[in-house]
Amino acid sequence: MGPETLIDAIRTKLGPAVEGVADSFGDPVLILRSDSVLASMAALREAPFEYAVLLDLTCVDFAAPEGRFELVYHLFSLSRNVRLRLKASVAAADPAVESLTGLWKNAEWLEREVFDMFGVRFEGHPYLRRILTYEGFEGHPLRKTYPWRLAQPRIPLKDGE
Amino acid sequence: MSGFDFLTTRLETALGWGRKFSLFHYPFITACCGMEYMSAACAHFDIDRFGAGLTRFSPRQADLLLVVGTVPHKLAPVLRTVYDQMLEPKWVIAFGACAVSGGIYRNYAVVQGIDRIVPVDVYIPGCPPRPETVLDGLMKLQDKIQNQEQDWRWARKP
Repeated sequence: MGPETLIDAIRTKLGPAVEGVADSFGDPVLILRSDSVLASMAALREAPFEYAVLLDLTCVDFAAPEGRFELVYHLFSLSRNVRLRLKASVAAADPAVESLTGLWKNAEWLEREVFDMFGVRFEGHPYLRRILTYEGFEGHPLRKTYPWRLAQPRIPLKDGE
Repeated sequence: MSGFDFLTTRLETALGWGRKFSLFHYPFITACCGMEYMSAACAHFDIDRFGAGLTRFSPRQADLLLVVGTVPHKLAPVLRTVYDQMLEPKWVIAFGACAVSGGIYRNYAVVQGIDRIVPVDVYIPGCPPRPETVLDGLMKLQDKIQNQEQDWRWARKP
């Protein structure tokens, strides 16, 4: 399946869930509607696309009122040896998206990291809790609104800031 | 050995001499500086030549705490606990830019120097420091131990 026919096949399969297509250094990028992420991923995981591996899941904060957070998913097909990048924008106020933990086990920790760093909620996640920062940490440090030097010490520090 | 049957010294001097050449160190290694620590500790540079070759992996048996690498706020209580578990007399070396000042990590996550958590005797700069720098820092600490007022438990406390 060549790149053009692949994109056409995916668009036919997913229908209105695909909002746009882009190209990144030869790899296809799909822009998804944020309310159809789970259904789209479930379809892409099955034949004929067979994207069996969730390589990465991360997020970008664009600090813009519209489409502030953009989730980025990287899929990989073992049988066809190709990659696919998918993006989905979520709103700035109470950002939330469906969890992929039902499809890929490794989504659990990736989603916890995005929740910890960006505060995006994943609906249906079995254990959505901070993973990198510690208990009692307030805010989400990779948001553009977080003061980047604001430390939250766990013990009293000498001449601390 | 006739004519050299006895030796006179001060108790402080003798204690300092014994202590500076029998440092048992506890390596608190969190980052890439650990590589330089390894080469300083192993045969090429060999801190054993300076009497600090005996690594203890329990803070209760160590008297030199080597903090090697970045200490984030998440780890700060652990470092404090390790220091508190060590027996007196004890010394601390901050090894590398991160332990000295936070290094390149000027952000929300990293403690800006471990002297915010524990008292530090010798700071070894460098990112990472070369083993020669480490040996120099060790010798500086030995000078400090030799010349400091020795704390010994049967001494009369003021």
